[in-house]
Amino acid sequence: MESRPILDTIQMIAEENLDIRTITMGISLFDCIDSDGAKARQKIYDKITHSARDLVKVAEQIQTEYGVPIINKRIAVTPIALVAAASADQDYVAYALTMEKAASELGVDLIGGFSALVQKGYQSGDRKLIASIPQALAETSRVCSSVNVGSTRAGINLDAVGELGHTIKTIAADDPVNCMSLVVFANAVDDNPFMAGAFHGVGEADRVINVGISGPGVVKRALEQVRGQSIDVVSEQIKKTAFKVTRMGQFVGSIAAERLNVPFGIVDLSLAPTPNEGDSVAEILEEIGLERVGAPGTTAALALLNDAVKKGGVMVCEHVGGLSGAFIPVSEDAEMIRAVRAGHLSIEKLEAMTAVCSVGLDMIAVPGNTSAASISGMIADEAAIGMINNKPTAVRVIPATGQDVGDEVEFGGLFGRAPVMRVNPNQPQAFIKRGGHIPAPIHSFKN
Amino acid sequence: MKAIITVVGQDQVGIVARVATELARLKINIVDMSQTLMADNFTMMLSGVWDDQQLSFADAQAALEELGAASGLTIRIQRQAVFDAIQKL
Repeated sequence: MESRPILDTIQMIAEENLDIRTITMGISLFDCIDSDGAKARQKIYDKITHSARDLVKVAEQIQTEYGVPIINKRIAVTPIALVAAASADQDYVAYALTMEKAASELGVDLIGGFSALVQKGYQSGDRKLIASIPQALAETSRVCSSVNVGSTRAGINLDAVGELGHTIKTIAADDPVNCMSLVVFANAVDDNPFMAGAFHGVGEADRVINVGISGPGVVKRALEQVRGQSIDVVSEQIKKTAFKVTRMGQFVGSIAAERLNVPFGIVDLSLAPTPNEGDSVAEILEEIGLERVGAPGTTAALALLNDAVKKGGVMVCEHVGGLSGAFIPVSEDAEMIRAVRAGHLSIEKLEAMTAVCSVGLDMIAVPGNTSAASISGMIADEAAIGMINNKPTAVRVIPATGQDVGDEVEFGGLFGRAPVMRVNPNQPQAFIKRGGHIPAPIHSFKN
Repeated sequence: MKAIITVVGQDQVGIVARVATELARLKINIVDMSQTLMADNFTMMLSGVWDDQQLSFADAQAALEELGAASGLTIRIQRQAVFDAIQKL
């Protein structure tokens, strides 16, 4: 018996927090469309609860038999703005309640797809869905919402960017914590297993299993063994480690797909941190050689990390997809939180980092008095980075109502806590108020 | 059913006997084993085979976890395929 591989694997799981972050079942709701909203919702409930009836059971079986923790079981559905548009319903909160009921019946952690795709313009369902988001998030606990406002091929819908600044403020006025369930994208992907941005894309099969992996702790521990050596060695070490981590994602996903009799879609090659000690992306960057995340050099170290993870993982999987890259959600990363508290990491530096990694300004608390226009400006900046660089970017900010820099917003569990960060006080009001559409960029003369 | 059972803990008299006795009681046949001491930590790996019509994976796991808790040892049981998947090309 070869004992080394067995001990290595157990160490990765038991001491370095290696886990499968999520098994997400994508479910198409196109066959649930009905001009009668009540009938559509009944069909949606029936399809979700039938399709995913064994999802939680199978995930728990795999966890028991193979000793691999599977943290979340999730569902992603076709963007509701497309499904509900055929009905005469004037608001779509009832659809969110149906999603919540199905998710609760199944025991899944989250359900995504209360979503609209408006990068080129609004159809009637998009307007109703976006107007329903604050109430939908206030009345549900498992439903996740996303809106795609831009893409490399379509440009940026500045009207939607402006509207969503107000939407986020409205959600926060009720309860800032609900803002973590809404993410505003550019270049949103169809097969993302991670929340809050997961939805089942229009070109996807009827049902599919997608898997998101984790494992920052494993990479950090591997890099401790190559201190002081050349950056080439660092890159190689990350690739080798990502290879192992991803193998587990491919393995678990293929077993889950087989047992559920659903096609296996993709593995999302991500390093997703949690607030637990030793499970931090920021600590990897510091292990590479930064005194503190946010120091000059942070963007370069992150670019190397992000690229090496993909290179190491891509050979292992039949299909790679989703958001694939290192995540930098502030509230979910213990070392990021410490760096923000100490004043070593600013929103501007985080924005620069998002140009080279997945996925955007994520889980960042801003002062409660931040204007809707400022939030729209942040969304526009991120969407522009995504549009020009041909990559997904996103904004998930939390206006901390009644709080200011120095205070913190507590989300609980894996979502952690977010120190309120300073926002540049100068206003982009007139820019956002112009509305209209930022044209799609030219793809030559890359400068 | 075939699985790898790993036992880790402070070295003490009778670890092998206790684990083997419990496996015999559960009718789990030991087909391979190796053990070593790593910095006073006793580490043993066993490959076990049993009839899963007679004993479910979850029951085997529960019995071994109980033994582990009573003996101050960490006892894990996992199907072999996970190790091959992660460590072999």
